[in-house]
Formats: sequence, C-alpha cells, structure tokens
Amino acid sequence: MTRGPEIKNAQAELHRFRVRLAIGGAIVLLMFGGLFSRFFFLQVVQHEHYQTQAENNRISIVPVAPNRGLIVDRNGSVLAHNYSAYTLEITPGKVHNVDKLIGQLSAIVDISVRDRKRFKKLLEESQDFESLPIRTRLNDTEVARFVANRYRFPEIELKARAFRHYPKAELASHVVGYIGRINDKDQAQLEASGRAPNYRGSLHLGKIGLEQSYEKELHGAAGFERVEIDAGGRVVRALSRTPPVSGSNLILSLDIRLQEIVEQAFGDRRGAFVAIEPATGEVLAFLSKPGYDGNLFVDGIDSQNWEALSTSPDRPLSNRALQGQYPPGSTFKPFMALAGLDLGKRTPQTTISDPGFFTLPGHSHHYRDWKLSGHGRVDLHKSLVISCDTYYYGLANELGVDAINSYIGQFGFGKKTGIDVEGESTGILPSTAWKQKRHKQKWFAGDTISVGIGQGYNIATPLQLAHATAVIANDGKAMKPHFVKQIQALDAAQPAAVEPVPLNTIDFKPDNLRRVQAAMVDVTRTGGTAAKAGANAEYVFAGKTGTAQVIAIKQNEKYDESKVADRHRDHAWFIAYAPAENPKIAVAVLVENGGHGGSTAAPIARIAFDYYLLGKRPEITGIAPEDDEAQSD
Amino acid sequence: MRRKVTSRLYRLLVGHIDGWLMLAVVLLLAAGLTVLYSASGESVARIETQFVNMAVAFTAMWVVANIPPRYLMSLAVPMYIAGLLLLLGVALFGEIVNGARRWLDIGVGRIQPSELMKIALPLTMAWYFNRYEAVLGFRNFCIAALLLIIPVALIAKQPDLGTAILISASGFYVLFFAGLSWRVMVGLAIITGASLPVLWSVMHDYQRMRVMTLLDPTTDPLGAGYHIIQATIAVGSGGLTGKGWLKGTQTHLDFLPERTTDFIFAVFSEEFGLVGNSLLLIGFMLVIARGLVIAANATTLFSRLLAGAITMTFFTYAFVNMGMVSGILPVVGVPLPLISYGGTALVTIFLGFGILMSIQTHKVRAS
Repeated sequence: MTRGPEIKNAQAELHRFRVRLAIGGAIVLLMFGGLFSRFFFLQVVQHEHYQTQAENNRISIVPVAPNRGLIVDRNGSVLAHNYSAYTLEITPGKVHNVDKLIGQLSAIVDISVRDRKRFKKLLEESQDFESLPIRTRLNDTEVARFVANRYRFPEIELKARAFRHYPKAELASHVVGYIGRINDKDQAQLEASGRAPNYRGSLHLGKIGLEQSYEKELHGAAGFERVEIDAGGRVVRALSRTPPVSGSNLILSLDIRLQEIVEQAFGDRRGAFVAIEPATGEVLAFLSKPGYDGNLFVDGIDSQNWEALSTSPDRPLSNRALQGQYPPGSTFKPFMALAGLDLGKRTPQTTISDPGFFTLPGHSHHYRDWKLSGHGRVDLHKSLVISCDTYYYGLANELGVDAINSYIGQFGFGKKTGIDVEGESTGILPSTAWKQKRHKQKWFAGDTISVGIGQGYNIATPLQLAHATAVIANDGKAMKPHFVKQIQALDAAQPAAVEPVPLNTIDFKPDNLRRVQAAMVDVTRTGGTAAKAGANAEYVFAGKTGTAQVIAIKQNEKYDESKVADRHRDHAWFIAYAPAENPKIAVAVLVENGGHGGSTAAPIARIAFDYYLLGKRPEITGIAPEDDEAQSD
Repeated sequence: MRRKVTSRLYRLLVGHIDGWLMLAVVLLLAAGLTVLYSASGESVARIETQFVNMAVAFTAMWVVANIPPRYLMSLAVPMYIAGLLLLLGVALFGEIVNGARRWLDIGVGRIQPSELMKIALPLTMAWYFNRYEAVLGFRNFCIAALLLIIPVALIAKQPDLGTAILISASGFYVLFFAGLSWRVMVGLAIITGASLPVLWSVMHDYQRMRVMTLLDPTTDPLGAGYHIIQATIAVGSGGLTGKGWLKGTQTHLDFLPERTTDFIFAVFSEEFGLVGNSLLLIGFMLVIARGLVIAANATTLFSRLLAGAITMTFFTYAFVNMGMVSGILPVVGVPLPLISYGGTALVTIFLGFGILMSIQTHKVRAS
C-alpha cells in the first residue's frame, strides 16, 4: 500500500479479500470456541460451585420463635399467657426522619406520648437494623385504617406478634416477674452461653422472677423455615418447615386466691407475706407489697412509668419477700429457745428473774426489756408466750455468738434458701468470724446480747423466716422452698413433678421441739402476744410475734409510738404455722412500719389460715387499724 | 394466468430474501422469543411488543433488500453527514438519560443517532474504498480512518463507550477487508498496548475503580460487580442441560438485572445450560457463515467490504454480549442480537441483513 497508486489486479484483490474473509471466519470460530470453553468451565467444571451460590441466593433460613410456656397457679389460674395482636414496627436504620414518620403515622392511628417515649427508649437501647414497635395491640379499626393507608408508609410494617400478658398484674409480679426485649447485654450473654441460635427468632426473654429463672423451660426451641426469597429479600414461598417446640408450662405451687386474700388483708400497708407447705417446701403465697404491673415491662417501659416506679418511696420494684432485709426481732426467740434447750444451757424448768433489763457482769449498760417493769420469774414457756427479752439476753450471753450461729444456721438464717428465683438475699446471722471479715473488728460480748432477741447484726428476709418456721413445723426437716410444682412439656401426657428437695434435718432432742412448739401455740391463746389474732380459731395454730426496730432508742427513752413518724415506726413481724398438730402451712408476715406484730401482722396470718385451711373468706377486706390498747411485743 | 400472478407476487415478496440467512435468523428469533417469555416473567404483552418490533424490522429489511447496492451506495454519504449532524446535535442539545447524553428529541420522538451511524459508517467507508478502488493507497486508508474516528469520538464523548467500540469495530472491519496492511495493524496493536499504562495514569480514581471492578467483580459485590456476579452464577448454575424453561431461579427471583435486554443470555444459559448455549452459538455461526459466503460472492468492492463488515459486526455484537454475561469481557451496554428485547437494535440489525440480502440477490444484475 505504501508503493503508491497503481492499477490493481482485480483477481488478486478478490483473492486477498477472500483470504481475509477466511481469517475473519477463523477469528469467529476461535472466539466462539473461547466462549464455548468459558461456558464449559462455568457450567460443567464449576457448576457445583455456582449451583450452591444460586441456592444460597434463593434460600434463606428464617427462624420461627416458639410460643412461650404458660405459668399457672396450683389450681390452674393463669398468671402468664400469650395472645396475638398486631403491632406497627419501624426499622430505624431504613428511615431518614423517624420523628417525621411517626408524626405522619399518628394521623392514621393513635400514638400516645407514652408510645413515643417508649419508642425513644427502645431506640437508644437497640441497634438500627432492629425492627422496633411504635404501637402495639392495635384494635381492628386501627388495623383497617392502617392497611388502607399502607401505601403511604412503606417503611412501617404491620406484624402479628405474640404478646405476653400477666392477668394478675401487681398481685403476682414479684413471683412471676416479666419478660423484656432482648438487649445488647442479653444478646452477649446468650452468645457466650451458646444459646443465641435458639433465640434468633425471639424478641424477648425472662428478665426477673420465674420468667427469668425458668427461661430455659419456658422459652422452648426455635423452629426454622427454609424459604425461597427474591433479590429484594421478600419471601416467595416456604420450602420446608421445622416447627418450633413450644416452651413448657409451669404449674406453680402458689395459690393465687390465697395470695389475693392476703393482698387485700394488707390493704394499703407495705410489707411481705410468704407461705410455705412445711412438708414439701412448696411456696403457697409469696407477696411483696406494693407490687408493680409486669405488663408495663414487656415491650419496654416508658420513661414516665419507669420514673414513677423507680422513685416511689414505697419502692414497688423491690421484692421485699425475697430481698428485704429486716431484723427478725422476737420471731428469732423460738430458735434461740431451741438452741438453749438443745445445747444444754436451759431446761424447760430453768427460770430467771426479770427486773426489766439485763446487764453484762461488770458492765453498767442496761439491755432493756420491752416491759420496763419486767416480767418477774420467767421460764422458757413464758419467755416465748409473753416474749420476754431479758430471758434471751442472758441466754445469748451464755451461748455465745458462734454457738448461736452454728445452731440457728441450721434453720437457714444467714444463707440463701435456694428458692427457684434469682436475686435472693442472704441476710446476716452474725459470728465472730463474720464480724472480723465484714467489719474488721473483734466481736464484743455486748454484741451478742441483742442478737438474742433478733436485733443487733441480725438480718433476715421474710422468705428466710417463713422457711425457718416451716422447719419448726416440719419437726426439723428443712425442705428447699420452691415455686414450681410441675413442669408440663407440650409433648408429655403428664406434667413432670418437681420433687421436693430435703436440705438438712436438725437433730433435736424431740422433747425440746415439743416444748417450743407448745409455747408457740400458747402465743396465739389468751395471755399470748397474738391472743387477739388467735381468738376463736377453729384449729390450733402456733406463732410468734416480733418487732423490727427501724430507729434506735436511746437509753432511758421510751419508745412512743404516737411520737414517731409513720416511716420510722417499727416493722411488725409474725411467724406462724397451722394446724399445730399436723402443719399444712407455715407463714412469715412482715408489715412495714406496722408497729406490733400481734396487732397488725398476726391477723393477716389468721386470715390466710382461715382461707387456706377452712376455705373461709374474710368478711371485711383489710385489717382493722391498730387500736391504742397497750400491746406487748 | 392466475399462477402467473401468484408467482409474480411470490417473487415480489421473497425475491430478494435470502433463504439461508432468513432461516438462521428465524431460528434465533424463535429462541429469543422463548427466552424473553421466561425472562419477562411470562409477560404476553412483552412478546406482543417484540412481535411488533420484529414486524417493523422485517419490513425495513425487506425494503432494503429490494434496493440494489448501487442505490444503497448513493445513500451512504447523505446518511453519514446526517448522522454526524445528529451526533453534533446530541452533543449540543441532547437529553441526558442515566447520566449520558445519547438521545435527541426531533419533535416526533427521541432518536439515538448512534444507531444510524452503525449502518452509515460501514456504508460510507465501503463507498469510499469503492470510489478509490483503482488508486487505493495509504492516504486513502488514512482518510477512511478519519471517517471512522470523527463519529466514534462524538459517541465516546456522550459517553457511550460500548457503542463507540462496536462502531469502531465495524469501521475496522472495512479497513481490514479493504486490505489494511498487517504491519499497520501490528503497529496499532503495539501503540495501543503501550498507551494503556499512560491511560491508567491519567484516569480518575472512579474510572480506575470501574476498571478494577471489570477485572474482579468481587471487589464491589453490591455495586457494579453485582450484575456480573449474579449473571455468572446464573450461567454456572445452569449446568449441562439447564434448569428448564421458566425454571431459572436467578431469573425468576429477580437476582438477574436487565434480564430481558443486555443480560438475557444469562437467562438463556440458566434455563438451557451448555447444550442450549452450544445450539445458540451454532445459530449465530450459521448467520455469520451465510454472511461471509455472501461477502465472498459479492461482485463489487463496495458489496464485499459492506457484507464482510456487517457480518463481522454482527459477530462482534454476539461475542461481546455473551463474553460480558459470562464474565470474560467488561460490562458494556450491548444487547444480544436477535435475542434481547428492544426495537431499535433489532431494526438496525435487520437493516444489516437487508443489505446482505440486497447484495446477494442483486449481484447477477450488477455484474
């Protein structure tokens, strides 16, 4: 071509053209051959790889949350159940302006300030990709209105959800507890314990109470659905399904009607009530007043309610029965009496002279009896019936704190009872070693004296006292207290019984126990400190009153009930069991700032016994206000 | 008498239709409709629209097939000039769609002048070589190359790199068949190779990213790489015999993008497998083989160059599309001829077939 213009040879030109065409054809073959090799490589050599990728593309495993088990009381009354309802949910990560969206939504369905606050709180606690409820429990009209306007809110999802509901609300909240949304901390724990896969479809777990301690049984096993999804992640159809296994139902030993009657008997008073079946350790009633409504917590509590609950001076969130730590006061005396007899420091016949106070030899400090004039000559029986302090000052001094500690420890003081909910307090049953460890101080002889009447370093929970009372009622055989009587798995024909767990057996000299039990019976009879509560009972019952000091009384100062503010009044205690000859129920009653045990706490026990043993309901609800009649402790 | 009328009518209708080419084209169109029905989610409306497109394309082809090559030759320069003006118009007043200025509103509707160039450029270059057949020299090749570079540069600037490359390919084929010296071709190849590093150094970061994505789509699996990854999965998961018609999961669950147009071959591959792909390749080769035969038998330089270039351009379209879908070529917007949904590209391709048929059926009279 660079040879310049020349006359072309047509034949040669045609030949060259055809050669080039042939080259073109060869290129076509070569290139298509290349394509074919590529197809072969993808579709034959690597087919399996791409087949897997295509399957992964289209198939997604969707967890299906199991239904949570129900919680019912011993008579089948429902304490926790599920119902389904519609919620409106927002995934904050997909929305530009959440507030604006909620504003628009509120024109369609009612969104209260409370809903907004709760949503805000959830927003702070969760991650952006989580779907959070803005409105729960929509009624049919609201659902219809939303559906009609759905096109305007592509970011908002209408979901049918199972909701946990506690029909007894405040009444059982301190036993049942509540579930709450799984937060970051819960998630971390689930992952650490390897349970996270089972919770992939779940939004909630038990946070407190039985809901927490029986989480494993209640939750059940997650199911899985293999679904075909499209590129947008929408489910096209289900391919296969492994159904979830619903959680087991819990059948409690709790008698919610008993609990209700007791609750009413408390009226507006704060306090705690624990009832245990002595032979088995089954908890029959477990009340902490005031309670709270666990339903508020299920989908995140709003700040207003939270504020109200957490700052209330009545501390409704505090579980007094489980965690409240009070000096046991004179309810400690039966245990002291047993220690005195069993350890040989006293005989039933031993008497002391009570001048109204006790002094340590070589000291001048007066440990005063509640009765300033003294009780005169007092033996063991009388010491319990009239609750003589001086008798126990001397006994404590003779026993020494470490003997008291090791003997009375057998009743469960100073340690957890092992009840089947978490968060139990241990209380304090002091010893020299304990003081050294805790206060880095030597134990003084004077420290022992007030221990004898359940004051000083002594601290116990209502649960511990009910348990200790049950041990006396059960002739020294300690049974582990527990709420759950049976666990009903869905696939089992019969519920599995929770076997009573014996803790320890106290090796009394049997006569000693009879003596103390007899004295406790006389406490509820004429002349006893709980005579009024025991009047006309159709069964024999044993009890012991007590008073827990809230403020210290100075030497030579009389405790004048009328002068102290209500919050500084003593707490009233009463422990009891009935029927005395064959105990079915042992209780501990604590009325905060109730003053004397005999007048405020004991009547509640009587009401409980009347109902539990005889089926009698109290004629009036609530207890009579304390009268001014001089009452003993 | 009646037989005579019938026979004349027959000759009028199919007298300039090349049977072999037609047969191969119809086979491919049938395959296209089959896969389009699946790719469109079993949309009858799409099929109907595509039938209309085909009718228009057939008519255009029939008209062109009936025009003798010498008249076609006389259309070359006006078409080329019109195309250039329209391209200039696009550059100045064009509408921007999807970030590129490719469309021109001419009052009655929008047109894409680069489509016109696909025909006009090889036509003009073949006309040019034919005109200087007797005195063909290096200078002519340079001028022909200039005819090529001007429209390609305008199209590349829109930017529509895919079309620019394909149009330059069609122009290159004319040069190649006209006898472009091997030395020049080797020289061009060396210069191109050498300029790549220089080009890389002047590219913007986003352009480099794009190139990287082309080379390794997994670096951007949710962005630009998504198309190619999903297409490759579709092809690979098709296996030897495919998942069956209407049963491609990649297709029917929306994982494949552009699945009725540029990526329709992925649907075909997924549902018909390697066997289907091989048959499709054979179908394309039939068309190409017939085109090359027509070129070989063409009687004028114009006809030869044009037929060769059109045939090889058709091959290039098919190759680039299938290469792109199967992940060996970068993603450029090129439909698969005769298979992809869409009217404009179909008409352009059928115009090419019309030219081939015209060349084949008019050659006796031309010689």
